[in-house]
Amino acid sequence: MSISPDLDHRFREAAVTLELVDMGFDVLDSPIGQLLVAASPRGLAAISFESDPGDQLERLARIAGPCVLRSPKSVDTARRELDEYFAGRRRVFDLTLDLRALPPFTVSVLHELARVRYGETTTYGALAAAVGNPKAARAVGTVMNRNRIPIVLPCHRVVGASGDLVGYAGGLDKKIALLELEGAR
Amino acid sequence: MMHAVAIPPFERFYEQHSVEVLRLLRRRLGTDRADDAFQETFLRALKAYRRLDHGEHLRAWVLTIAQNVALDALRRARPVAELVDAAAEDSRPAYEDLAELTDGLPRTERAAVVLRYGYDLSYDQIASALGSTPDAARQAASTGVRRIRRSVSS
Repeated sequence: MSISPDLDHRFREAAVTLELVDMGFDVLDSPIGQLLVAASPRGLAAISFESDPGDQLERLARIAGPCVLRSPKSVDTARRELDEYFAGRRRVFDLTLDLRALPPFTVSVLHELARVRYGETTTYGALAAAVGNPKAARAVGTVMNRNRIPIVLPCHRVVGASGDLVGYAGGLDKKIALLELEGAR
Repeated sequence: MMHAVAIPPFERFYEQHSVEVLRLLRRRLGTDRADDAFQETFLRALKAYRRLDHGEHLRAWVLTIAQNVALDALRRARPVAELVDAAAEDSRPAYEDLAELTDGLPRTERAAVVLRYGYDLSYDQIASALGSTPDAARQAASTGVRRIRRSVSS
């Protein structure tokens, strides 16, 4: 015996509608592979290239609380904006973000990162300088590497001082694909 | 101090117990009415989930919620006389361990006694399973224990 998809779907929808979910997530298809997208009532909280939910549930629970539930409805807005972005119809995301549980330095770096525009790139050093700590390029690199909301917080637009792509937590091929999509390469 | 079992993310809890809950509800209510009760069971569990203080005995906990949801549905649909039978039948899956001692207790007292002394759940957890308050759960457990004492000694 198994739970019918309809019954399962009804429960998950009701849970979100009644605001009982700390963190809802779903796995979306994209041109750069499957993405696990998670949103809390406060906003978009995570995008992961590791799309197997089983590996991510504890991480999501640590951010928002134990009521983590797969529920397409909770990521509707993010899904729509990501689809538009990948179709080349959106340059700016209009999503509220949940940056809970991140250290202050990380948050200030991510705020600067959010200002790097579509189709443009910046460097780790420039971001470090922007948060008032020009020597912190390496620390900025770490923040990029751990960026909880890649794509929307565009760490793919950050490159080395010499123009090297340097690295990308999701794999360098994805960084290249995103920069090509935006016409930055 | 003993290390408390971590509370799993709700998704994992749901995947683990949903089939057994649906099976129990179909047995109690039939296939047609089981679906609504299934949704109600997991919504009640989700509502109470944040207040759990450890992740032990979650199976007993969710089956108790399911049994109570089923009883509520039966109570709405059936005359009281039949309820007594349904309650006795309902008690089995989660209650086997203490069945002999607790079989004679009213439903709420039996649930409170079993969850408290059989499964070591807190009154908070018991309250959320029964849809009552921690004080009422404590009261039910202590009345239940007194009743057992009386019946054992008589």
